[in-house]
Amino acid sequence: MIWQALSLQLGYNATLVAIGATLLGIASGVTGSFLFLRKRALVSDAVSHATLPGIALAFITMVALGGEGRFLPGLMLGAALSSGLGLIVIGWMIRNTRLTEDAAIGAVLSVFFGAGIVLMTVIQSMQSGRQAGLESVLLGSTAGMLRADALVIGAGGALVLLAVLILRRPMLAVGFDPDHAAVTGINVARTDLAMMGLVMAVTVLGLTTVGLVLIVALLIIPAVTARLWTDRAEVMVALAGVVGGLAAYLGAAFSATAPGLPTGPIIVLASFTLFALSLALAPTRGGVALLLKRSRFRRRVHRRQGLLALGLGQPIHENFTLALLRREGMARADGEPTQQGRAAAAKALLDEARWAALRADPAHGLTASRYDGLTPIETVLTPDQIAELDRHLPRLQGVT
Amino acid sequence: MVVRDAASRRPGDLALSDRQRQSAVSPPPALAVSGLTVAYGEKPAVFSVDMTVAQGTMTAIVGPNGAGKSTLLKAVLGLVKPLSGDVRLFDFPLSRVRDRLAYVPQRASVDWDFPARVVDVVLMGLHRELGLLRRVRTEHLDRARACLARVGMEDFANRQIGQLSGGQQQRVFLARALAQSADLYLLDEPFAGVDAATEKAIIAVLKDLQAEGRTIVAVHHDLSTVRAYFDHLFLINTRAIAAGPVAEVFTSANLQRAYGGRLGEAQVAGMQADGVQGHEGP
Repeated sequence: MIWQALSLQLGYNATLVAIGATLLGIASGVTGSFLFLRKRALVSDAVSHATLPGIALAFITMVALGGEGRFLPGLMLGAALSSGLGLIVIGWMIRNTRLTEDAAIGAVLSVFFGAGIVLMTVIQSMQSGRQAGLESVLLGSTAGMLRADALVIGAGGALVLLAVLILRRPMLAVGFDPDHAAVTGINVARTDLAMMGLVMAVTVLGLTTVGLVLIVALLIIPAVTARLWTDRAEVMVALAGVVGGLAAYLGAAFSATAPGLPTGPIIVLASFTLFALSLALAPTRGGVALLLKRSRFRRRVHRRQGLLALGLGQPIHENFTLALLRREGMARADGEPTQQGRAAAAKALLDEARWAALRADPAHGLTASRYDGLTPIETVLTPDQIAELDRHLPRLQGVT
Repeated sequence: MVVRDAASRRPGDLALSDRQRQSAVSPPPALAVSGLTVAYGEKPAVFSVDMTVAQGTMTAIVGPNGAGKSTLLKAVLGLVKPLSGDVRLFDFPLSRVRDRLAYVPQRASVDWDFPARVVDVVLMGLHRELGLLRRVRTEHLDRARACLARVGMEDFANRQIGQLSGGQQQRVFLARALAQSADLYLLDEPFAGVDAATEKAIIAVLKDLQAEGRTIVAVHHDLSTVRAYFDHLFLINTRAIAAGPVAEVFTSANLQRAYGGRLGEAQVAGMQADGVQGHEGP
């Protein structure tokens, strides 16, 4: 069943849903990256929650006008209008009150969402037979997705990606250094507004698939996941698109295997799984890599300290250091150096002396700043430079 | 400097055409600030400041903590909105001379864990050329690398910026400004928290820029190096205290007025004597 779902063999509708969700995931992963780099992740939560009253009002209006209440473009328009209003209110509160951004976000998010829930209960008491299923905008349900809906999501996602392509440079510049960006002539306020507009578009497009409560996850988790794998912003944005698309595709496929499984939460769990795997396995930033790096560093420090102690004839008290040196054949159990250990210790002392000479000479300023007590001097100086340095070296006592 | 500027900012001056202005005998000041007041909330950080910087000079903006040094710079750059006052750069409003400006913000003002390589940051200095869609070409990369070479960082081009030391970060910021090949460089505490070698490298680059006829304005916090590094001094403590050539303005009386009781008489006298051993107040 799952394999059939993953290979798009569960029939026309499930395939449609999977493709639509994937496009949405790509668009939201890419858009969310800029939000994450601008450190505005939380705003997207306010944006999404603030859509609810607009959705409800749009439904009520369309029914009152004698139309179909669940007409998707109508609901999307309502959602966009009310989340836009939410954004304006947040901006106003930050500018004109003493509230900080997080407080303003919290206030707007809860008030708009509360108002939306009240309106939803009003709708439930209405005499329209077709209100059933409007709650699906909360957590997403792709069961009733129409071909037209999938087309809207696909086209919208493509437009969002096109806008990102055009705006990527100013958005990255503003994310790294807004003041510098402003001086070079980038309109920071307008760039931020465009970014929030894209977030709003993704939120509205995702209403039927992920639902408004959880869209923040599909905006932020792919970005955070991608950040673990790369140190370049452009690569990160592209990777976030891949992660978002993959998570949405997996989530949509799994939720199609059983009726009544809400799509949004499954997609979130899928993206979280990708995140957890990345957190553990990513090179340099992943958990395993960090542990390895830390233990390697610890060994280097102990090894160096131990060798210096051997060279100076000092006793080694730390068990870890001694064990390390014994394993490498540098020291005997009683702490006395072996032949090999003596040579290595002399080398370490010489290295320290050379570094000290280097650091004493102001002409070597930048090179000297690379001293960390561990780096062998041969890695920063040429043999000629070392020979030159050695001529100024005070005579070494009894180690060579 | 001050006298000529007062004349060049007569109201009628605005009516001159660009050509007339350029044919004038003396070039317009790189920076002319008049009556500038900036307030955060209801507390003025900069109050009614006039400031003129002639082209080709190197000016230090000096004053105690919270004296409005950075705020003045940010107001000049349009980063904070002044309550009142006028800023003209090369006799134009800011929006028309952005190409001729480069700004080096405080190093600590950005998140260095941002996913970017050193060369990516320098390329941000080319933003006005690259625009929205133009591809980064070899010539752009070459220029970015050349700017890195000028600050001694060419070996770090592909390094992740999070791995840099404070001094290296400051050099990268300067390289980004160099990439803009501006006529006026505005720097906010370029020597704060950097190693001695970096300080020397930065001042060498700045002096080179000045030798090329460019104008430097830097917020500076180390009184002991004012004489050695700068030729003009602007003392500020919310209000302008004194301005002019260092030799005339860097006096114990002026410093006492700028720093108030925070700078001991003996310290100022010591700084006057040798210009090296000064210490800032606590």
